[in-house]
This record gives sequence, structure tokens and C-alpha cells, in this order.
Amino acid sequence: MSVTVATGIREQAAQRFAQLGWPSTKLEEWKYTNVAPIARVDWRFDERPKFGDTHGASLRSAAQEFVFVNGRAEARPTLVTSHPLFAKYADYMRHPFVALNTANAQDGALIEIPDGTVVEGFIHLLFIGDGDGIWSHPRNLIVAGRNSQVTIVETYVGRGNYFTNAVTEIVAGEGAVVDHTKIECESLEAFHVGTVQIHQERSSSVTARSVAIGGLLVRNETNVALNGEGASLTLDGLFVLSGRQHVDNQTLIDHARPHCDSMELYKGILDQSARGIFDGRIIVRPDAVKTNSRQVNHNLLLSETAIVDSKPTLEIHNDDVKCNHGSTIGQLDEEAMFYLRARGIGENDARNMLVYAFASEIVDRMKIDAVREQVRRALFAHMPERLPERREASR
Amino acid sequence: MLEITNLHAGIDGKEILKGLNLEVGTGEVHAIMGPNGSGKSTLANVLAGRPRYEVTNGQVLYEGKDLLSMKTEERAREGVFLAMQYPVEIPGVNNTYFLKAALNAVRKHHGLEELDAMEFLQLAREKMKLVEIDESFINRGVNEGFSGGEKKRNEIFQMAVLDPKLAILDETDSGLDIDALRVVANGVNMLRSEKHSVIVITHYQRLLRYLIPDYVHVLSGGQIVKSGGKELAEELEQKGYDWIETEAAAAR
Repeated sequence: MSVTVATGIREQAAQRFAQLGWPSTKLEEWKYTNVAPIARVDWRFDERPKFGDTHGASLRSAAQEFVFVNGRAEARPTLVTSHPLFAKYADYMRHPFVALNTANAQDGALIEIPDGTVVEGFIHLLFIGDGDGIWSHPRNLIVAGRNSQVTIVETYVGRGNYFTNAVTEIVAGEGAVVDHTKIECESLEAFHVGTVQIHQERSSSVTARSVAIGGLLVRNETNVALNGEGASLTLDGLFVLSGRQHVDNQTLIDHARPHCDSMELYKGILDQSARGIFDGRIIVRPDAVKTNSRQVNHNLLLSETAIVDSKPTLEIHNDDVKCNHGSTIGQLDEEAMFYLRARGIGENDARNMLVYAFASEIVDRMKIDAVREQVRRALFAHMPERLPERREASR
Repeated sequence: MLEITNLHAGIDGKEILKGLNLEVGTGEVHAIMGPNGSGKSTLANVLAGRPRYEVTNGQVLYEGKDLLSMKTEERAREGVFLAMQYPVEIPGVNNTYFLKAALNAVRKHHGLEELDAMEFLQLAREKMKLVEIDESFINRGVNEGFSGGEKKRNEIFQMAVLDPKLAILDETDSGLDIDALRVVANGVNMLRSEKHSVIVITHYQRLLRYLIPDYVHVLSGGQIVKSGGKELAEELEQKGYDWIETEAAAAR
């Protein structure tokens, strides 16, 4: 793509954002999340190239690691915006934050895997937000060629009241195997809006995970188009919230072709006055016969004041499919708590054990030891201690 | 070891134990028998500190200390163990991990050094032989997918590892086949010494053939209505509970 075409797209996206504006809660897909706290800040770019504190999130076992601070690459800048597939999949005409990102796209990773190439190990993209009033618009493009294989981990960390508006586009070519994990561990004062847009071709296999632990106001969107016969998708999500965190998870799986599988499992753990949302939509198009799709959302509420909204939706436009979905909202199993404590395990430890057990279904499926360990640590660090402990069976 | 005086307790506002008295000396094995609904499980649960059970009157001294004012985990760390009637399944919590955490919590409480993974495994393997379970069993989630008999064996296995001073077996024998029953009895007999006390709560006399109690008590209507030696269990097996209830009613 020539520079002029890219500039054209960015100008168009800027105009589109000017038309769309910040989304209001009157819009169905934004009804749970009020972005006014983001809209009211006069955000600025960080002008100084700098090195940021990695907050312990650097993964030494990565085959390659790229670090971005406030949207700028620490190493050589990559040119996602001049790639011919830039902005081809993430829809800036429809989505205001994608438009905003596309118009302002900064550095990000451009990862192109040639046909038939298997990348050993994993690639780590580390995004650091730093400083109040700073926004960043990281933009990643991952293109996995035919029969290629790649594993990518994105981690978001930081300090202060900044705003990350990230977009990652993933194209899985015919027969490609892509494993993508996004770990959102932003500062607890930060805002994060992220879109992961995945396009799958014939017989490709994608595993996409979203872990949300940090951030004050977070919106995570994962949109997947199953656009080739026999493609399969595993979509995992875990959100662990406390304090006054608000995390809105939106997923869209579009079954456009026959014989595709999608398995979606999102789990939420909510404590204190946190609010979490799972709004997952699956569309099965008229052509997408023999679709096999399962969508599940389980939530664990740890306090009286935590709130979760769970809205799994299936739209099926042909009758030759196997689809099911469901969701649950529950509390810690009192019997299990008693069992652990009756063996000598303290109340906080018992609670953490059960909370981790709930999360482990997702965490244990992460193939990379370092990532699993990272998530496990972040999860425990995020669980508030409870004192004083209650006394039972006493007068 | 344990001294229960005039214990009144219940659940959801309903009084079940109505002035229960019981004394268990160090090194003794006591069997508590009684018909369904007599309060056997309530007694076990109150002693272990299960939430929702309320004590309205009376006192329980354990090694001279007020047991009822201790938190559930403190009681366990002090050496009280309840083998549960219905052990709960906890998917996602590994049996080994859980039991190591429990043992180390107990050890820490007594100022002992915590066991590392290797040391723990060595101990666990030793105890596994006693209860005739294999290693794959303890690498699963706590009780996850276990049969009824496996769950009860797991309780006895945990008891063997934690080595409590006072073990309370709440109908551990119900629903067990003869092999599992022997395992349970062996586990308890292994624990039996002048330092350990055991309370076996049961509906049937079956287990008591393998596990000879020093004392047998009959619980009825929330009170101990009759106490005796091991021959009382045999009498109950032959005559049922009716005669005791009649006797108790007459005495009231």
C-alpha cells in the first residue's frame, strides 16, 4: 500500500470518528459502558521517546519481545500502517474506537509469517502506559500465511491515569495455526479499550484468549470471522475484578462458512464493587451449515456489591447446526470453604484456593509456562485480603 | 481430651441437641450410635465448626480450652479432625496441593518447619499404602469424580496424613462395602494410641466389629440416653433403638 493510500485511510477514519463521536449508552452495544470518563479528558500524545518500567511483565522465555511505551516502539519502528492489509478487517466505519485508533495509529507489531513457516516459542508484545493524561493507539497486524504457525502474547501494563486504545488485526491464512493471548494488566487508574479482530480462512485454527485483570474502565472486544470452510476457533476469556473496576467484554463470532467449530468459554470473578459484563454474540449465516458452536459464561461473585451482566446471544440462520450456549452466576461454595478450613487452611487461603480453582479451567489451558505463571501471580496479587475473619458456631 | 457439658445446638432456629453431655478421655475410642434425626451429625458439625450451626447453651472443652470460641481452621490446627459424612467435590483444587497446604498450616501452627514437596510426597506415599489407594488418586481434584467409597477412603487418608489428636468420624461407614469398611477401620486402628482419641458416629454396628470401641453411647432426642461398653452395640444391633427410646421417654 502506498503512503498516500494509508494517509487516505487515516483521514477517512478521522472523519468517521468526527461523525460517530464517543459512543453513548443509548447504543445497544454500549449500553453497559459509559465512556464519558474517557471522553472528558483532553488526552495528549507522549512526545518524549522514553523507556518505561516494564512492571515485571517482561517475559524472558519469549523467542522475541517488542516493547512499546505510550504507543512508541523502543526498538525500530514498525510500519503497520503501510501494509496492504492495514485496516482491512477492523471496521473503522462502524466502530468509533477503531476509527480513533486507525486515525491516530502509532507503533505496533507487524508480524508476517511466510507460508509453511512454524515459529518456535512465542512472540511477546509488551505495551506500557505511563503518565496521567497520555493516550496511546497501538496498532498490531498479524498475518499468518498458509499452513504457518505462530504464538503471540500481548501484555498491557502501566502506571497512572492514561488511556490505551489498542487494535490488533489477525489474519489466519488457509491451514494456519494461531495462538493469541492478550493479558490486560493496566494500572488500576487507567482506561483501556481494545479490539482484537480475527479473520480466519479455510481450515485455519485459532485460539484467542483475553485476560482482564487491570484497568479502571475497560472494554475488550474480540470479533472473529470464520470465513473459510472447516475453520476452528477456541475463544477463552477470564476477567478478575475488584474495587470499582468496570470491564466490558464483547465478543462476536461470525460463522460465515460451513463446517466451522467455535468453542467459547468466558469466566468472571468479581469482588467488592466491581462490575463485569459478558456480551457474546454468535451469528450463524445461512451458508454456514454443519456449524458446531458452544458458548459458555460462568461468573463468580465474591461480594454483595459486585455486579455482573451476562448476555450470551445466538442468531442462527440455518437449521443444520449444533449450537448451544449458557451462563451461570454463583457464589463461592460454602461447603467447599468449610471443607478446606476444617483441614486447617485459613479463610483467606481457602478463598484464594477456590477462586483460583474457578479460574484454573482457563489458566491451565495456557500452553506457555511463563504466561500461565504471570497470570497466576497477577490473579493472586489482585485478590483483596479479607479481615477480620468471621467466627462460626460460637455464641 | 474432650468435655461436653449441657450442649444445646441446632440449625436454622431449630434446636437439635438438647443438653448433651459427653466426656472423651485421651486414648479412648467412643462410638455414638442412634436413630436417624437423633442429632449425631449435628454433634459432629458443631464440634468441627460448620457454619450455620448455632450453639445456644453449654460448653465444650478440648484439652481444657474453649473449643466453641475457636475458628474452624484453628480447631483443625489444634488437632480436631472431622471425617465428613458427605465429602464435597472441589474441582480445580489438586488433592496433593490441598493436603500439603493443610498439613503445613497445622505444622506452622505448632512451630514446626513446613514440609517441601518431596518430603510431603514421601509421607503421603506411606499413608496411601495404609488406605490402599494409588497415586493417580491424589493427583486429581479434591474428591473430583470419586465414588462414594473413594471419598471415604480419601477422608481416612487425610486423617492419616494430618495425624489428629481427636478424630470424629461422621457415618464414615455408611454405604461402604466390606473392603472399604476394613480400610476405614484399619486407618482408625492405626491412629489408635494413648495420645489419640476417636469418636465414631454410626448408625450401624457393622464398623464396630473391626473397630472395637471402649465406650458406646446412644444418642436420642438430642441427648445421650444410654452409655455402656462394646456389648451395648451388639444389643442395639439385635434389639434396635426402640427399647432405648421407650426407656428414655419413661425416665424423662
